[in-house]
Parts: sequence; structure tokens; C-alpha cells
Amino acid sequence: MIRLRRILNLRVVAIALYLAIMATIIWASWAGAQRMGYNWQWYRVPQYLYTLSDDGFQPGELLIGLWASVKLSTAAFALAVVLGGAIAMLRLSGLIVGRGLAAVYLELIRNIPLLVLLYLFYYVLGPIFGLDRWGAAIITLAIFHSALISEIFRAGINSVAPGQWEAAAAIGMSRGQAFRHIIIPQSVRFMLPPLTGEVVHLIKSSAIVSVIAVAELTTVGRNIISDTYMSFEIWFTVAAVYLVLTLLLSFGVSVLERRFKTG
Amino acid sequence: MTQQPVIIAQDISKRFNDFQALDRVSLTVDPGERVVICGPSGSGKSTLIRCFNGLETHDDGKLTVDGREMSEGSPHIRQLRQDVGMVFQQFNLFPHLTVLENLMIGPRKVRGLSRHKAEELARTYLDRVHIPEQADKKPEQLSGGQQQRVAIARALCMEPRVMLFDEPTSALDPEMIGEVLDVMVDLAQSGMTMVVVTHEMGFARKVADRMVFMEAGRIVEIAPPEKFFSNPETRRAQRFLNQILGH
Repeated sequence: MIRLRRILNLRVVAIALYLAIMATIIWASWAGAQRMGYNWQWYRVPQYLYTLSDDGFQPGELLIGLWASVKLSTAAFALAVVLGGAIAMLRLSGLIVGRGLAAVYLELIRNIPLLVLLYLFYYVLGPIFGLDRWGAAIITLAIFHSALISEIFRAGINSVAPGQWEAAAAIGMSRGQAFRHIIIPQSVRFMLPPLTGEVVHLIKSSAIVSVIAVAELTTVGRNIISDTYMSFEIWFTVAAVYLVLTLLLSFGVSVLERRFKTG
Repeated sequence: MTQQPVIIAQDISKRFNDFQALDRVSLTVDPGERVVICGPSGSGKSTLIRCFNGLETHDDGKLTVDGREMSEGSPHIRQLRQDVGMVFQQFNLFPHLTVLENLMIGPRKVRGLSRHKAEELARTYLDRVHIPEQADKKPEQLSGGQQQRVAIARALCMEPRVMLFDEPTSALDPEMIGEVLDVMVDLAQSGMTMVVVTHEMGFARKVADRMVFMEAGRIVEIAPPEKFFSNPETRRAQRFLNQILGH
């Protein structure tokens, strides 16, 4: 067994195995599609990403959809951070009312499916409070993700040694001052990795708002398919666009983290 | 004594659930006095000095520090803490700030001094603990002894009227204890009022005006060091001294 593991871990063998596995998957998909008589039309895809004409670079429908997804996710994340921060404060406040409110809020969100929450905001609370699609989408995503974000904040704050609160108190700082100058700067380091994960998660779950026809990446993809019937190509492309977006984001944050560590 | 005592504890008690941490403790500390508190672990020494700056609140009795009565949710607790410096066993420096920033943050944010004034103050006290050259380092780059000296300087930057030390050398490697004690002896000689929880009996002999021996949440014996070390009144103090000086 040990010898087998050693052989499998040889660089040449590992690369060969990897290529063989990938080739099998691609071949199987391609062969399957051939058998269905699927008519691949990859050449028609680029125009939906961008066009180069005399006017220069023109973003295609998919890129415009991507931009909408980015805007939607950014707005939802900003709101989720505010909500999550407020919930974390309530839970850490030591006030019975605050902890009770936070507990009810968290239980509600954790136990309602995202899709149902979205319908609730769009079809029920939307008309009551005058929310349009965008408003309902942003609020739904923000509320859904605020639960985990509040947990990240709370864990990050609790991971700072209790002696830090005492040291801050001992030089006469108020709780607020200790929080701002001592606790938060130290907990950011703990919060950054899970917060990045949560942004990626939010971008992915933003695809769900296509069910109420918010014109973001997934909706645009679906619309193109209903015009062109190129479901394979477009879904592959949409998936790749999400992948590129989230990988770029993770990469950017890891650079930021390294700077935090040394800085 | 024309000035009133800095600390007056009258019959203060403190419980943690089933554990009686302090049991009717009375102690008075005069300005300029150096009091060393010793006793076995769990005897309430740390709890007592933590009450003196409000990190713990006593349940019963009356505690007056710097002329202000301490009680649960005391409105002047923050003002009081500025006048009562505290040095912890684990240093508790702020790891995200440089040494100089550790010293400046209290004067700047709490006392509202300008950056310039705060830096001047910080450098003065860094000189006094003999590590001016470490000003721009982060705490983690310093040895334990240096970190504790920074912690002492940080407390001094608030220009307190009394300094509390909670086992300041217990977390240090033996070879670093001396440098911290030297700084504390200097401080004592400058006339600072000090309450020190420690097992460093050499230090106690050198600077203490009075020794306080605690056991099981009570003060068992208070005596001047000459008497306490040569001829303690109680058997328990005797036994304790034998244990820590015996070998």
C-alpha cells in the first residue's frame, strides 16, 4: 500500500492520472451530447460576452448581467454587514432583551429556506412595503447572510483574549473605546477569511433571485437560452463567469490577508 | 498623616458562585506606602487588588479608593481607573500596536492629550523602564521581561496615584525576573504608592512597608517585613514562608 501511494504521488504519474481523469470526464460529456445529437455552437457564445466593433469594446448581455450581479451582491453584502454587526452587538450586549431578539431573528432565518424567504419578501412584504424586485432581492440576500455574518463577528470578537478588555479598562477606556481601538483591530484578522467565504457564498446564492426575474447573470443566461436553445454552452459559460469572479475575489483577499499579517 | 489613605477597604466580601473569594477583608493603604500581599494560590490576593480598580466588584462591605466609594456600576469608575495603574501577570499589551502606541493610546484617547504631548510622555516612561530603543517594535518582538516593563510604563503613562501589580513576575522566565523587579524597586524609591501581589520575597524585604498574608479569602496577618519574615505571628504564615523560602 505504501509503495502504491508513493508511485501515485510521483509527479509524472500524478499529472498523467489527472489528465486521464479530466479527459474521461470531458470525453464522456462530449460523447453523451453527441448521442443526443446536441448541436454545439460555441462560436455563437462570445457575442453574448462582448463585441468588438468600430465603437470599440462593447459588453455583451452576459457581462451586463455580471455587472448587475456584482452590484446586487455588493449592496446585499453591505446591508448584511450592517445587520450582522447589529445582531452581533445585541448578542454580546448582555441585555436580555437584546439576546432574545437576536436569538429569535437567527432561528427564523436559519430555519426558513432562502427561496421561501425571497418569495415572502417579493410577494408578501413587497406589496406591503412597496419593494420592487431589486429591493426585495437585496433585502432577502442581506437578511439571509446577516445570520452567518453576525456569527463571524461574534466569534472574531470573542477570539480576542479577555485580558485585552481588562487592559483597556485598566487605563480608563470605556467599553466603546476598548471596542474601537483595541478589540476590533485585533479581530479583523480572525474575521477576514470567513467573511471572504461568506461573500463568495452570497454571490452564489444571488443566482436565486432569477426566480423573481431580477436581471442579473443567471436571469440573463436563462433569457439567452430561451432565445437560442444553446443551454449547454450558456450554462457552462455562466458557471465559468461565476467561477472567475469568486476565484478573483478569493485571490484578492488572500493578498490583503498577507499584508495584514506583516503590516 | 495629613493626607487621607488612598485605599480604604472595610469588611469587603466577594463570592464567585459557591466560592468565597474574599471574606470580610479590611485593609488601608496610605499615600506613598508599599504593601506586598502574599499567600497561597486561591487565597484571594488577585481578587482583592482587582477590586481596587473595579475589575471585580465586591458584594459586601465598603471600598473607598482615592476618595471615591466603589460600587457596582460606579459612575466615576473610569475616572478612578485613570488614577489607579494596573500591571497584569500576562502583561496584556495590545499586540496590534507598537510599544510607543501602547503607551500613547491611554493618554491620547482617555486623557485627551495631543499626539505630541502623548509621545513625549511615552518616551519619558520608556526611558524610566530602560527600553527607549524598543519604541517602534511590536510587543511580540520583545522578551517577556521587556514586555512587562512596557506594561509598567503603559500604566505609568496615565500618571496614576497608586500602582497595582498582580503577580507581575509569575509568567516570566527566571532570568527576566530581575529586570522587572529592578524597575519596580526604582518606582518604589520614587515614592509611588504600590500594592503588589507577589511571591518574590527578596523584593518584598527590600521595598515593603507592610506585608499582608492572605489565606482562604481572609487577611491572616499584617506585619512589617522585618517581623513578618523573622517571626510571623500565625502558624499559617510560618508554614507558608517555610514552603516558599525553604528550598
